Amino acid sequence: MRVPIDWLRDYVDVPAGTTAQQVAADLVRVGLEEEAFHGGGVTGPLVVGRVLTLDKEPQKNGKVITWCTVDVGAANGTGEPQGIVCGAHNFEAGDLVPVILPGGVLTTPQGPMVVGARKTYGHVSAGMICSELELGLGEDHDGIIVLTRRFADDPEMLARLEPGADAIPLLGLDRETVEVNVTPDRGYCFSIRGIAREYSHATGASFTDPVVDLAEAAPAATDDGFPVRLEDHAPIQGRAGCSRYVARVVRGIDVSAPTPRWMSQRLVEAGMRPISLPVDVTNYVMLGLGQPLHAFDAATLGDAIVVRRAAPGERITTLDGQDRALHPEDLLITDGGRTPIAIAGVMGGAETEVGAGTADVLVESATFDPVSIARSARRHRLPSEASKRFERGVDPELAPAAAELAVQLLTAYGGGSVDPGVTDVGTPRPIVTVDLDPDYPARFVGVPYSRDDVRRILTEIGCHVEEVATTGGPRMRVTPPSWRPDLRTAPDLVEEVARIDGYDRIPSVVPTPPSGSGLTHGQRARRIVAEVLAGQGLTEVWSPPFVGDTRHRDLGWDPQEARARTVALANPLSEEQPLMRISVLSTMVDALVRNVARGAKDVGLFEVGLVVARDGEQRRAPTEDVGILPSEDTLAAIHAAIPAQPRHLAILLTGDRDRAGWWGGGRRADVTDVIALAASVAEALGVETEVRPADDVMPFHPGRCAALHLADGVLLGHAGELHPKVVASLGLPARTLAAELDLDRLIAASEVTVQARDVITSPVAYSDVALVVDETVTAAAVEASLRSGAGDILESVGLFDVYRGDQVGPGRKSLAYRLAFRAPDRTLTTDEVSGLRDRAVAEAARVVGAVQR
Amino acid sequence: MSGPNTNFDPVRVAALEPEALEEAVSTALAAAAAAAGLDELKAARSAHQGDRSPLALANREIGALPPSAKAEAGKRVGAARARVAEAFATRQSELEMERDARILVEEAVDVTLPTGRRPLGRRHPIELMATRITDIFVGMGWEIAEGPEIEAEWFNFDALNFDEDHPARQMQDTFYVAAPDEVVAHGQAASSHDGGHHDWPSSGLVLRTHTSPVQARALLERGVPLYVACPGRVFRTDDLDATHMPAFHQVEGLAIDEGLTMAHLKGTLDRLASEIFGEGTTTRLRPAYFPFTEPSAEMDLRCFLCHGTNPDCRACKGMGWIEWGGCGMVNHNVLRACGIDPERYSGFAFGMGIDRALMFRTGVSDMRDMIEGDVRFNAQFGMEI
Repeated sequence: MRVPIDWLRDYVDVPAGTTAQQVAADLVRVGLEEEAFHGGGVTGPLVVGRVLTLDKEPQKNGKVITWCTVDVGAANGTGEPQGIVCGAHNFEAGDLVPVILPGGVLTTPQGPMVVGARKTYGHVSAGMICSELELGLGEDHDGIIVLTRRFADDPEMLARLEPGADAIPLLGLDRETVEVNVTPDRGYCFSIRGIAREYSHATGASFTDPVVDLAEAAPAATDDGFPVRLEDHAPIQGRAGCSRYVARVVRGIDVSAPTPRWMSQRLVEAGMRPISLPVDVTNYVMLGLGQPLHAFDAATLGDAIVVRRAAPGERITTLDGQDRALHPEDLLITDGGRTPIAIAGVMGGAETEVGAGTADVLVESATFDPVSIARSARRHRLPSEASKRFERGVDPELAPAAAELAVQLLTAYGGGSVDPGVTDVGTPRPIVTVDLDPDYPARFVGVPYSRDDVRRILTEIGCHVEEVATTGGPRMRVTPPSWRPDLRTAPDLVEEVARIDGYDRIPSVVPTPPSGSGLTHGQRARRIVAEVLAGQGLTEVWSPPFVGDTRHRDLGWDPQEARARTVALANPLSEEQPLMRISVLSTMVDALVRNVARGAKDVGLFEVGLVVARDGEQRRAPTEDVGILPSEDTLAAIHAAIPAQPRHLAILLTGDRDRAGWWGGGRRADVTDVIALAASVAEALGVETEVRPADDVMPFHPGRCAALHLADGVLLGHAGELHPKVVASLGLPARTLAAELDLDRLIAASEVTVQARDVITSPVAYSDVALVVDETVTAAAVEASLRSGAGDILESVGLFDVYRGDQVGPGRKSLAYRLAFRAPDRTLTTDEVSGLRDRAVAEAARVVGAVQR
Repeated sequence: MSGPNTNFDPVRVAALEPEALEEAVSTALAAAAAAAGLDELKAARSAHQGDRSPLALANREIGALPPSAKAEAGKRVGAARARVAEAFATRQSELEMERDARILVEEAVDVTLPTGRRPLGRRHPIELMATRITDIFVGMGWEIAEGPEIEAEWFNFDALNFDEDHPARQMQDTFYVAAPDEVVAHGQAASSHDGGHHDWPSSGLVLRTHTSPVQARALLERGVPLYVACPGRVFRTDDLDATHMPAFHQVEGLAIDEGLTMAHLKGTLDRLASEIFGEGTTTRLRPAYFPFTEPSAEMDLRCFLCHGTNPDCRACKGMGWIEWGGCGMVNHNVLRACGIDPERYSGFAFGMGIDRALMFRTGVSDMRDMIEGDVRFNAQFGMEI
């Protein structure tokens, strides 16, 4: 809401010299936050000048400049004519023009510009003759402002045009506007009247409600007003679409009469474009008082106005020329119930628009239901100035006063006469009283407000307060003012007390909660996972969880199957990415691509985030009215409709794992590195994992992918090299490595208290053994057989060499192990060690066909 | 090397004469002192302490002395040999120390050589900031709650008193989850309950627009009294640019207990501000509006950089205050929706931006840096923020 300070002064006593910044600072205290300041950007000397001489001087560059001497009175300190070079040609000797003298400041799109005297085109140009654009008064840059023309129809202004006179007030450049943000609960602040009231609350300045006089001046309803019938047969939530409809008719108006300058200036300052007298008057009243009005060309109306809901299939062409299909919930203003002539409270129809031929105007000043208007405005994507106010609630007492102001202004500036007949139909919703325990504000806020404080503040904001006795004790029965439909509960009133008394009076007291139990195991575990990976050289990233079919296809997945596991957004930012991710890798790869594109070669990344794992049909989640605890069934249905969102960990690795440097070459990351990283996370959480080959899991290389399982066989995820096709389609560096684990499963498995074993202090005995097996036999299988053969005394198994070649023959490999034996209670003899090794080898021979070399 | 046999009765042996012994000792001591290295010392030791050294030979001569003279001669030779042995031992240890010192000098390397064979990785600074904030809550005795990112509209809006037609619901630039396929297929248009928010059939699901739905989750799951904070990722339909991200991070605080007041809210915010931004950083409350709180307030931080003294301050832009989040006393309708009696319990809630806290604490000026995953961004920070 833009608030011209000059307009604000109509209703509240803003002290002289108050800046827009001061007004904003006062308003923020009562909850109106400033958004911007407008105006006040030009500082003098900007004076009226009379052009004395004017010489056109063609230049080599083809331009013709105008060399002028200008009488600026005594404003330049000498009284001598001021020499100024000007590029415009729309003026003549003798014209009065605005002249900014050296030292003056203009607001330009590039920022403030200090005007100086400068040499140009062979003259010293001491100042500037200004255009609208240069002064921030409009878009016109073709010519300078000729004051005599600008004020041709305003003798009073013309009389003030003396050379040397200060042009800043003449042009209204001293006028400032503060723009404030109005929260949805304060519809009344979408008016100068409402802002003035709040300014008064903030500063104590005297406030004069303009509606008091207008309501008194407004004639009572008569029987012979223009017939209006309210026929809402389908109220939304039981609330009539129109609770009050005031109509006044002005006849014989001159619609071509100009809008007075003060009014159009205020409209412009408030951010609206002046259009014609009737439209400008309705907008002016809306901005000033907060009541949206509509002006119909009375000649186009039939015998009556009927307010009703739209019929199926009905259409209207609105003022903006759009032909719109109407919805049965849309509230319409219709011509005798037949043709729609407006979507109530949202936008008028083209048919009944006030135009050049209009002589008789019907002014509609109505109260429409917030919900009905809000839905229509959203449905038709027409967030108008009117709908903005109606959906926040318009003061139902305002309708007759606003209509009165409108007809006063119309007749004052457009002539004509007001019909004596006054329409005022409908049943305004009764204002609901609130019973307030007078001690409640103090108890709820923590400031010792007295009962007198509470009563005084509530009265100040317009409430009627009555003391009543109830079974619960003494209460204040509070009737909120008509413009505050938001005051419905005791806490609403408490906020008013706290706000007007000042939030800065609230003390600071730290509460003492019952002792908490700290982080959960899962929360601690996630920190460990991230720190372990960062400690091993990986950088944590996060990526927006949006994907599309193309990405799924690039990862080697069937797009339909992927869709079946997730949900789509109804309004995605990009049509290319309408789906929620089912894998962290699927979105995280972008970060790797970005790093590589920016020149990084050795990159290790990890991300921990949620993915969707929908299992079964997507169901609709029920909703419920506010303030109601849903039934157990409803709550269960809500929970059931939310798809499972497990937390995954993903890793991406490319380039060297150990970097090259002065020490020599680097070591390229390989599949063991990414498996080790994935396994390290489990190890850090004390969880044993088993690695198994996985030869058919996209997006991984079929021969270079490991599946990580928990001891009970539950799959944690995969680690390995990405499939060459995936690497190619995603534009990743060759042989990029990746892993993705279900972190929730891992963490669930980690929540076990470890049982410690004694550390054995007896000596260790080593025995080396080389076993030849088929290529297809995994190292894990060989190791498992050795362990099972040797039994508990085998402390560790270390694979220290893998050999392939002539000595073992094709399709075979030799694995060299160092077995470490340690008995808990004694030193092992050489014979015992040999015996254990032989049993280990025999088991390996039996299980995996190993032959000792 | 016996002396001249001037007398048949060998009572005197030249080699055992004190002068001769003294001569042998001083020669040996000189040789020990003269040895420049351990090898030379070894050779000298062999010459002066070995079996064929003068003192060893002298020792042998003792046997030829009459018994009466043996003791004295033996004592003399023993003392001489001891002096030599000590001199060699001393010199030995001197030379070993010299050698050890020289080896250490020779083994010196350039410790300024680059060491980054495997550089340390980094956590994301947003996560670090969330961790820091989380720990402050835990320190105050609060617990940490979490919720899903794809959330039911009931939790995100209805439970929080966002009436379906209230303009406040439009303040949120919400990502809606598309309706189940079969609903679309059967052409079931939005029920009247959807109130025309959007043109698509409703799934009843959204991407949570704030961490506030965790308020309702925590109340339903844990009951009262309740002191929980919820850090998490939230979503709004903003295209990515320097000042907007479609996904960002908030932390929510909720306290419900008997007798909680707005003063407790203020106290908690002041405590948080000084813990995160430094001792003495206070907060200011301004009246505001949120559907789930009443009274409601916007929370500003006293600028922790300039404390309102620098008109060109990068953190507060010269305003002296920095907007940090919204807060208020929990709306009775929220308590009712979660089955809590508002006559008995009261409480407060607040939400603030983790990314914003990171931005004004560390001077990050472009939000894209926080989301793009460039390793150089994280590398600026340590593992604690």
